[in-house]
Amino acid sequence: MLYPTYTRRSDPYSLMRSMLRDFDRYTPTRASQAVFPAVNVWQGDDAVAITAELPGVEPADIDISVKESTLTITGERKSPQVPEGARWHRNERGYGKFSRAIRLPFAASDDKVEARMTNGVLRIVVGRPEEDKPKKIKIKAG
Amino acid sequence: MSNEVTQTTEKTQAETPETTTGGRIYRPSTDIVETDEGVTLMLEMPGVSADNVDVWLEKRVLTIRGKIQTTSPEKLQLAYAEYGEGDFERSFTLSDDFDPENIGASLSNGVLTVTLPRAEEAQPKKITVTAS
Repeated sequence: MLYPTYTRRSDPYSLMRSMLRDFDRYTPTRASQAVFPAVNVWQGDDAVAITAELPGVEPADIDISVKESTLTITGERKSPQVPEGARWHRNERGYGKFSRAIRLPFAASDDKVEARMTNGVLRIVVGRPEEDKPKKIKIKAG
Repeated sequence: MSNEVTQTTEKTQAETPETTTGGRIYRPSTDIVETDEGVTLMLEMPGVSADNVDVWLEKRVLTIRGKIQTTSPEKLQLAYAEYGEGDFERSFTLSDDFDPENIGASLSNGVLTVTLPRAEEAQPKKITVTAS
């Protein structure tokens, strides 16, 4: 790559800046790295639900754990079994181990977590503990 | 909940004309593997049940369409979204040597597997010459 030194001679840092710009362009940044699985979070008065698209993952290969207010989804996407001598034409799907931690708005207990998998979509419903729910305070007549 | 925005694997939208309902159509990620017997396609269609998948073959063009059932839980509002929900659609142009009668499709865990067996070569026929 050529870095012309005659441009903007008054600015001694222009060369360094243009080099850094090129460096940024060719270096994959953390932001461009994909996180799997993508999650949608749903909130309500009594519960929080987390949905994630996990196509091709067996429900037995997914581990869900809750510790205080952190929910962790771990698992593995296994590559499909192909016969010997098969030729790959396209490989757009990703494989490998994954892990995702989601912070919940409250500390949940294990018995209030329910997970279901339908057609490759995982749905986890976390119930809000009674002590965390807002309490209505009655006003007594004076 | 964390406010940090994490980049996720993006679903690409299909290059189809827009829908009248305003719903999105995604292009399913696909793996294609070829063996001596034929070609196998594996398409990711999360949220689509088996009776909502259409596989069409018309003039060498194989079109796969999947309609999703939205998973919005009752009484809850969407607070944070990283992926969109929408139907899936994608088509492929095939070569001539596939047997259209034996195309098979099966759906498991949100992945549609389409098998396209190669047509058996036409059996050589003997033509008998009749004396006139």
